[in-house]
Amino acid sequence: MTRYNRRSILKSSAALAGASAIGFPSILRAQADKIKIGHLTPLTGFLGALGAYAQLGIRMAEEEINKAGGVMGRQLDITSEDSVNPATAATKAQRMLEQDGVAVLMGEINSASALTIMQVAARNKRLYMQIGARSDALRGKNCNRYTFHVDIPSHVMVYAVGKALVRDNMMKDKKFYTLTADYIFGHDLADAAKAFFDANGGKLIGDELVATDVTEFSPYLLKIRQAKPDVVCSNLAGNQVTTLIKQYAEFGLPFPIVGFNLNTADAWAAGEGNLSGTWPTVWYHTLDVPASKTFVADFIKRNGKPPENHAWIEYVSLKMMAQAMNETKSTDTEKLIAYFESGATFDILKARKGYFRTWDHQLMQEAYPFTVKPKGEAKDQWDFLALGAAVPGPNESLEALSMTKEQNTCVM
Amino acid sequence: MQFEFLLEQVVNGLVLGGYYLLIALGLSLIFSVGGVVNLAHGAFYALGAYISIEIAKYLGFGSAVLLSPLAVALLGILFERFLLRRFYAADPILSLLVTFGLAMIVEQLIRIVWGAAPRAVNMPAAFKGSVFVGDFLFSRYRLLLLAVVVVVLISIWLLLHKASFGRVIRAGIQKPDMVAALGIRLQPYMTAIVMLGVGMAALGGALFAPITIVHPAMGAEVITVAFVVVVIGGLGSFWGVVISALLVGVVRGITINFIPAAGEASMYVLMFLVLLFRPRGLLGERIEKFE
Repeated sequence: MTRYNRRSILKSSAALAGASAIGFPSILRAQADKIKIGHLTPLTGFLGALGAYAQLGIRMAEEEINKAGGVMGRQLDITSEDSVNPATAATKAQRMLEQDGVAVLMGEINSASALTIMQVAARNKRLYMQIGARSDALRGKNCNRYTFHVDIPSHVMVYAVGKALVRDNMMKDKKFYTLTADYIFGHDLADAAKAFFDANGGKLIGDELVATDVTEFSPYLLKIRQAKPDVVCSNLAGNQVTTLIKQYAEFGLPFPIVGFNLNTADAWAAGEGNLSGTWPTVWYHTLDVPASKTFVADFIKRNGKPPENHAWIEYVSLKMMAQAMNETKSTDTEKLIAYFESGATFDILKARKGYFRTWDHQLMQEAYPFTVKPKGEAKDQWDFLALGAAVPGPNESLEALSMTKEQNTCVM
Repeated sequence: MQFEFLLEQVVNGLVLGGYYLLIALGLSLIFSVGGVVNLAHGAFYALGAYISIEIAKYLGFGSAVLLSPLAVALLGILFERFLLRRFYAADPILSLLVTFGLAMIVEQLIRIVWGAAPRAVNMPAAFKGSVFVGDFLFSRYRLLLLAVVVVVLISIWLLLHKASFGRVIRAGIQKPDMVAALGIRLQPYMTAIVMLGVGMAALGGALFAPITIVHPAMGAEVITVAFVVVVIGGLGSFWGVVISALLVGVVRGITINFIPAAGEASMYVLMFLVLLFRPRGLLGERIEKFE
């Protein structure tokens, strides 16, 4: 234990007083002019690679906004940190609000960490834009009025792929075997999947819960082989999907494999020859929309590689936040909530604009199923995914795939 | 039918154990001879995978699997000479801290050099798919892996038990003072052991790159299992580690067959039970300098 004697305390406080007289005031004034934003995302663990893309995306938006003169003439100053795990995420969020003086909280990919940050936001009555976590529960039974959700929720991903399976005659009377990530997000995805199977005539013959640190799937693959399903289905998350796909290809099981969650960074890592089947995504860099193409070109110029969906979503999220602050001319939580709840539309680099639903704070937007291009058609190592048509379709309501008020248990 | 399924899991578990073995045996050797728990062992495993990807770009998969462990073994010389050597006689907590620190540094270096996103690695098409032996399903690639592990295992055993090198090492484990009194310097042997140990870890990394996910934290993922295997097997025992690795693989497979959610916990339960009845591990020897 460190002990301070009276002399050293006197010395250091004298030094502190001196420093504040000379240097601190100007720094403080400069910082007060900036709008501080607290950003948390996992940089380590099974979602770490996605978090790295998330940081690239939000940094790019920050730089663009600041270059263009900032928000209300003030520069944005984003503090971005590794959220590590749900407990640490909550501690850091609290510290950012209390000590760093951030105006709003943003970020996250891990549903369990997002949940604890949501609670911190509600306790402090401050705005949290929950960007990349997809668990239904966050915008369902755990929803709160201080949190807005950007990424597509689990049930939309299930619908996006499920509809494609129904169209391809891979649903009715087919036997499904699922592997499910053993945490809030996986459980949610499995529930949504089961509901979809039940409603569309699919039969779930087996479901295995898989701990998030499993890197060896061979025992599960043997079980699947014994069960002889018609379709194998992944409810896993993060880089576990990559490992599963690689080992599935290694064993060469005859059953087609699909999944209700796969981020493009993890799809890229699986390798062209290994990936097959239909998967959902919220955005892909080959999307044929001019604004999206400009973003992709700029991102490649900065980083030497195309953006992953988490880079895109963080980029548009900060732009949405800046739009809200500019329009309300404020960083006040209540005013921002009112703006987001007003049905204001946002350009999210897709064919249709997005908006937040008032009663569950979920961004309404298009999603896409994707498949794998035939061998030899990929232009580069990032190009082997073929994006399907947007869902909901152009003539449907953007809310067509989302839970209705009756299905969703969210009460603010 | 149920019995057959179980047998299949057992056989698969043995193959899996072979992979744990590559990592754990080196860890055990370094611990037994130098008294250092090398928490950076996983980092060398990760380096093996990444370096093999770089080599494979130019020379193909086969050369990568051969050359990457050699490159990492050379790094092992630096590691032993400038880092580990200072800690043989020191408080074990110091070597734990320094190797743990090194593991984190290497992980960050990998993140800086190769990026945080996982890397795609493809195995040669010839090894894809599985073969049936009777009614058993085997991944073709894993059979190759098993063959490599067996060859490595036999070579190490011969080296430790039939060559003068091994006699010095085994004497060094039990009676380092006596070895010194006979005028034999243990230091070059220790360098060789560390090279061997981290080289095996790198071989594991290079061989496993095509079927697992290659990302900066892959080392941290493997070190826990390897450590559990060493503890169950017992220090200083070659066969202890071999039996333990296979046991961990089999127990994990069987558990997943019956209670999938407990798959990851099974090896810790096994460790607990073994230590309860045999505090030194299955075949652990009494090593005076650690008592």
